[in-house]
Amino acid sequence: MSFLETRSLSRRFGGLTAVDQVDFRLDPGEIRAVIGPNGAGKTTLVSMISGRVAPSTGAILFGGDDITRLPPWERVARGIVYTFQITSVFRNLSCFDNVALAAQRALTLGKAPWHRIDHGALASAVTNALQRVELTERSDTPAANLPYGHQRLLEVAMSLALKPRLLVLDEPTQGLSEAEITNFCKLVREIAADATILLIEHNMDVVMELAQRITVMSNGAILAEGTPAEITANAAVQQAYLGA
Amino acid sequence: MRGPQHRVLALHGSVLALLFLLQFVLPAYHHTNFTSIMVLATYGIGYNILIGYTGLLSLGHAMFFAAGLYAAGLTVHYFNLDPVSAFLFGAVAALAFAAAVGLVALRTTGVSFMIVTMMFSQACFLLILYFNEVTRGDEGIVLTEAARQIGDFSLVNPAVRYNLALALFAIAVALCFILIRSRVGRVLVAIRENEERVKMLGYHTFRYKLLALALSGMLSGAAGAAYALMFGYVGATFASIEYSIYALLWVLLGGSGTILGPIVGALLMFYLVEWTSEVTESYRIVVGAVLVLLTLFFPKGILGTLREKRLRWLP
Amino acid sequence: MSLGPHLLLALMEGTVAAFVLALTALGLALVFGVMRIVNVAHGEFFMLGAVLAWAFAHLIGSPALGFLVAIIASPIIVGGAALAIDRMILRRFNYQPEATIVATIGLLYIIQQLVLVFYGPDARSVEAPINFRIQLPWFGYSGYKVVVAGIAALLLLATWYGIARTKLGLVMRATQFDSETAQAFGIPVDRVYAAVFAIGAMLAAIAGVLIVPIKQAYYLMGLDPLLLSFIVVIIGGLGSLRGAIIAAFVIGISDGVISVFFSPNLSKILATLLVALVLVFRPEGLFGGKAR
Repeated sequence: MSFLETRSLSRRFGGLTAVDQVDFRLDPGEIRAVIGPNGAGKTTLVSMISGRVAPSTGAILFGGDDITRLPPWERVARGIVYTFQITSVFRNLSCFDNVALAAQRALTLGKAPWHRIDHGALASAVTNALQRVELTERSDTPAANLPYGHQRLLEVAMSLALKPRLLVLDEPTQGLSEAEITNFCKLVREIAADATILLIEHNMDVVMELAQRITVMSNGAILAEGTPAEITANAAVQQAYLGA
Repeated sequence: MRGPQHRVLALHGSVLALLFLLQFVLPAYHHTNFTSIMVLATYGIGYNILIGYTGLLSLGHAMFFAAGLYAAGLTVHYFNLDPVSAFLFGAVAALAFAAAVGLVALRTTGVSFMIVTMMFSQACFLLILYFNEVTRGDEGIVLTEAARQIGDFSLVNPAVRYNLALALFAIAVALCFILIRSRVGRVLVAIRENEERVKMLGYHTFRYKLLALALSGMLSGAAGAAYALMFGYVGATFASIEYSIYALLWVLLGGSGTILGPIVGALLMFYLVEWTSEVTESYRIVVGAVLVLLTLFFPKGILGTLREKRLRWLP
Repeated sequence: MSLGPHLLLALMEGTVAAFVLALTALGLALVFGVMRIVNVAHGEFFMLGAVLAWAFAHLIGSPALGFLVAIIASPIIVGGAALAIDRMILRRFNYQPEATIVATIGLLYIIQQLVLVFYGPDARSVEAPINFRIQLPWFGYSGYKVVVAGIAALLLLATWYGIARTKLGLVMRATQFDSETAQAFGIPVDRVYAAVFAIGAMLAAIAGVLIVPIKQAYYLMGLDPLLLSFIVVIIGGLGSLRGAIIAAFVIGISDGVISVFFSPNLSKILATLLVALVLVFRPEGLFGGKAR
């Protein structure tokens, strides 16, 4: 039984087939990068995995259970957490409140809706997540007032507070500076200690540094899959993507 | 929320204290006006939970106000229920009704939610007219003085009425405050900001919106029930679209998403209409002009603009 | 009168009402479809058309001539007012949906007040421009109502032609499909919006002119057509013009029949509940995913 598996998963938008019969497998604990040119279907694939987009046909299995029809909130309850490509923190809320939204969800999972949570427990969960992305000092700042790079980190802190088993990062380093990217890679490796990571990324340096395996997509299908070294050597990939 | 907590409590405490003290200085006419403004502001607070804190714009809240109004008024009129039980029944009936409406209406979002709530409200208005024999339609029902007696206190007595209205308003303010500072309130505000994101944080947002609508309907209904009992009249006008629009107007004028916005808006509109009626008999143009001007120049309303410019801590 | 002819009369009344409703709702659907906004003051444009028709008939004296002038001049005046509203208000906040609703509610009150001041609180009737009756075996039927249905049908066809076959229609459809791309291709989206808003208002105004010899002109008469148009536009699928017209006939005719045999209130209650059912069972046919 694999950690995550999709079986001939497809998604059509009108006449366009964004993802075409994809069979995809992910092992527990790995860092997997998905690469491919724009429009290859990467975001659609991970959106179906996280429940933002419903598949047209096919199935998704997580830990052996069929989750194809589950709404996003039930997938979060099972540990699938999606981090948005376009930064979508709650701009008018403080960093604390942003992360608290995620943390209180994690603390109340599987409990009755009126279940009381301890203020201390919530505060320490939030502080903990903010600490991991080094934003503790900005706790009371409205998210909108953070520089862009920090907003991306806040987004990651929200995902961390949900205690993911599978963390989907959709182009996380887009718009970050070199220094921020270096720190970010360090952070991802720390997170990978207790979560599986599925990473969509355009920056090949980041991919090569982080990924244990790479999946290359093109025109809605998987073109190749392998270790970074194998992918670099793959002629088809070179032609379709790297060489272009 | 740390820090400004004191200021927040002090501000709301002093507003309530001021309203309490005002009853000793207000002339009889304004005394009655303030009583009704506080009840209507409670309706506004109920509306604000939905529009201001959850970001759902309903154009049919009069149906919840009317649900409380009729549930309380008709039980008093036909079954001689005592006013306290009738009030509670009114609030619970509105809660149940709002939950039922929500189950259907919340399947829609945005513009269609507005239209659907408006249609439901209109259907309620028409139903009240249709069951004319029970409700007496437009003409309405006047509740007798004898029926509006709580122990030794008569709801005809202005002082009793004023203080009950104040108590109702204070409870609404407190409830609203507790709600928005709670875990649930945090989720509601987040839904207002970006519902899609809240879903991806693992929340079943429909349930939260339903809860917000039910609470909002309950407060609106409680205000309706109080209005029926205090002023002894139940009529179809209170279910008309106009009453839905008033709630919208008060909240937008005062500042949507602020606790005191509804009373500021209700107070201003009441006296603005009052004052212009003396001069020109044309409240419609005032209501209309205020709505247009708000959208053009003050989309955040009075307290909302104040919060943005000065008082960031204002809840 | 026995059941058969009674039903026939109800169907005829319903059909005439449906034509007028289709015209009004088409205006609302057009504005929603292209601009993605809901105009709550739409019923007031209808009312303005009716009141102007009374004014022209009153000024001119001859019902037929007054009607002819009204059916041309009223929509022009109302369209002009709509253009002014578009420029001075809606464009200012860039047609933001919530703000548009609030502002058009405000306009509803302002227009009602102005009519109240200049026209008064009374309901006034206008003599029909023609008064021959069509004699059926069981009852006589107003020839004017048949004319109303005919004019409305012509206008519906003309609007369809305008949208499907003319350059303006093409530009409108492009804007509806994707306003940003349309802008990028040099389509003056601002002007298209203004034109659509004015055309929507004019359709409502013509419906108002047509109705006034049948119903009286009254400053609060806009609410019913507004609500019925909403019902029609929701059931037809917002933005879908064909859906709106089909729904107008379903609602208009059943409204006519239920009103005659039961009560007008009951028919409106049923229509409203139908909206709820449609929303529950066919949400995708309504506002779709595009409304925000």
